[in-house]
Amino acid sequence: MQDTQDMKRIVIEPVTRVEGHGKVTILLDEENRVKQARLHIVEFRGFERFIQGRPYWEAPVLVQRLCGICPVSHHLAAAKAMDQIVGVDELTPTAEKMRRLMHYGQMFQSHSLHFFHLASPDLLFGFDADVAIRNVIGVAAKHQDLAVQGVMMRKFGQEIIKATAGKKIHGTGAIPGGVNKNLSIEERDSFLKDIDQMIEWSRGALAIARNYTIENLEAIAPFGSFDSNHLSLVREDGAMDLYHGNLRAIDANGGKIFDQVDYNNYLDYIGEDVRDWSYMKFPFIKSIGPENGWYRVGPLARVNACDFIDTPEAEAARQEFMAVTNGKPNNLTMAYHWARMIETLHSIEKIRDLLHDSDLQGTDLVLKGDRRPEGVGLLEAPRGTLFHHYRVDENDQVVMANLIVSTTSNNEPMNRAVTKVAMDHISGKAEITEGLLNRIEVAIRAYDPCLSCATHALGRMPLVVRLVDHEGNEVAKKST
Amino acid sequence: MNDTTITFEIDGIEVHGREGQTIMGAADTAGIYIPRLCAFEGLPAFGSCRVCTVKVNGRFQSACTQPVAEGIMVENDTDELLEFRRNIIDMLFVEGNHYCMFCEKSGNCELQALAYRFGITAPKYPYMFPADRNVDASHKDVFIDHNRCILCARCVRASRDLDGKNVFQFVGRGPGKRIAVNSRANLADTDLEVTDKAVEVCPVGAILRKHVGYTVPIGQRTYDHEPIGSDIEANKQ
Ligand code: SF4
Ligand code: FES
Repeated sequence: MQDTQDMKRIVIEPVTRVEGHGKVTILLDEENRVKQARLHIVEFRGFERFIQGRPYWEAPVLVQRLCGICPVSHHLAAAKAMDQIVGVDELTPTAEKMRRLMHYGQMFQSHSLHFFHLASPDLLFGFDADVAIRNVIGVAAKHQDLAVQGVMMRKFGQEIIKATAGKKIHGTGAIPGGVNKNLSIEERDSFLKDIDQMIEWSRGALAIARNYTIENLEAIAPFGSFDSNHLSLVREDGAMDLYHGNLRAIDANGGKIFDQVDYNNYLDYIGEDVRDWSYMKFPFIKSIGPENGWYRVGPLARVNACDFIDTPEAEAARQEFMAVTNGKPNNLTMAYHWARMIETLHSIEKIRDLLHDSDLQGTDLVLKGDRRPEGVGLLEAPRGTLFHHYRVDENDQVVMANLIVSTTSNNEPMNRAVTKVAMDHISGKAEITEGLLNRIEVAIRAYDPCLSCATHALGRMPLVVRLVDHEGNEVAKKST
Repeated sequence: MNDTTITFEIDGIEVHGREGQTIMGAADTAGIYIPRLCAFEGLPAFGSCRVCTVKVNGRFQSACTQPVAEGIMVENDTDELLEFRRNIIDMLFVEGNHYCMFCEKSGNCELQALAYRFGITAPKYPYMFPADRNVDASHKDVFIDHNRCILCARCVRASRDLDGKNVFQFVGRGPGKRIAVNSRANLADTDLEVTDKAVEVCPVGAILRKHVGYTVPIGQRTYDHEPIGSDIEANKQ
């Protein structure tokens, strides 16, 4: 048993534990001016070790334990990597479309949840409003119809996930080289029955986000905003593609840093920086370097980076969005909300088109090719580009896993956003006002970081903010 | 064995068996399910897991080994025995590293199915998280994950009695007991073939065929709709 003796066993506990608090440290200089703000996020890097020694086909199911909020994204990214491991470069049409349907279902439910439960209170009441009303319960009281829509849209997305993955959470639908089921006529018809309503509600949510942004442009333009690079997958013709594509990075003015990069070569383009104060890594574009090579991912980056969207209503919305910044990338933190709702509409348009495609009732589900030692799978998760990379030995056991999750890529941008907000609101006084606390929360929330997962139920993000003086002493602490 | 009918009672119901038949065998024919883990049709009884424990005339016996006898009174579906069996299942769960949520045997696993049948949602004993269990994936078609082995010896018996090979046997004693292969090195060095019966009989996800995990969708797995034992209960007149 020599060879197998060092196999790592799996310990579940650290993976299932969810860190519910965002911790922010604001560092002050001698004059109590903000030097830097740091957002501390607990990341599940340990996972990359747990999976070592496990058989490769287990990865797409096992990785879902990584994150309680977008397990489907991990499931699909790992499955894409494992397609390569089993030597399959192109899935059958049924498999490809079933996976896409699952992915758009996930995007739709995740974006809907974020919008209605976390973002809408900020957008409907303004982020200066009393926290006592500025929450999902306040929304439910004042805009009952919206609260109901949020619940129904989320449920629709979850049912799509169930029909494609077998379960609403932690399903098994995607397997190396394909999928394990197709969509029955009954399942299809149950979705078609509600699809027009979902599209209608998605239009409504988009209008709220759009109107809010346009009507408050002056106030939100400087709020937690800064120029940045943007990274996203795009299709070969430049279209937005949330499930598959090549990497494109653009700078704050829209100039291409790289384009149509085969994501198998991501390591040539993306590096990961380590900072002594955080366990989380800081990814950067290698050609620019760790100092300035950080980038944003997620809805804002995707809408900025693509040339067009291939569904008509979302494309019209994208054009309107881009017109605000004269066709240049939009670098406003609060514009994430509008971009997210454009993607919600895009996802439901895609779901509608897929439901009308009879390939979903096909029976060719899995392909097999020649085993390969290495596989990379990328997709655009609700929160941004998700990287999965594995090496598998000749015994079919995973020997290496490298993951870059969206919140990691948005790590630096979120730190910048918090720093910006802190600088604008602390002026020489070492105290944490209610307004500052609010604004930090609103800025972080725009990115929809994974740490909000523990908090969706109440629509509040537990946050602890600490002020640290130039000698390293904590001078104030406040939590939401 | 002859055709003489033996009449006895299980929980007050009259059951008929043949001489030499076990209580479990007669109960199966009568459509009465007695839970089990180490017993497997076609393999000689082993009597190790004790999940099949019944009371015969007031004394604990394993139904998979105990022969029927004229007039015996067997208790099966009683609170006392259910509690007893539940405890065994509970202990098996904490003794190994059983993570149903990502195990490919989920939905087809007899241990998991018994837990569901007994209404166990979380074990009441503390997890032991044994750290000495490894994975032998050296064979090209089959792998063993010792994290999930419950030492039922089905593979031992199947390899010996059905495949004529003796690929598996126990080594060690007490808590150190585990399944080993009959080679100095790994599973790859044995004459195990993917078509062997020994590969099919494992009740849990310890011996599995490679590359086929999760191909059966949720909803179509063995225990997705009917609890374990339903097939036997369907024999009931
Ligand atoms: S490997 Fe499976 S069949 Fe063999 S003893 Fe362990 S649990 Fe039983
Ligand atoms: S089934 Fe009878 S002792 Fe295991």
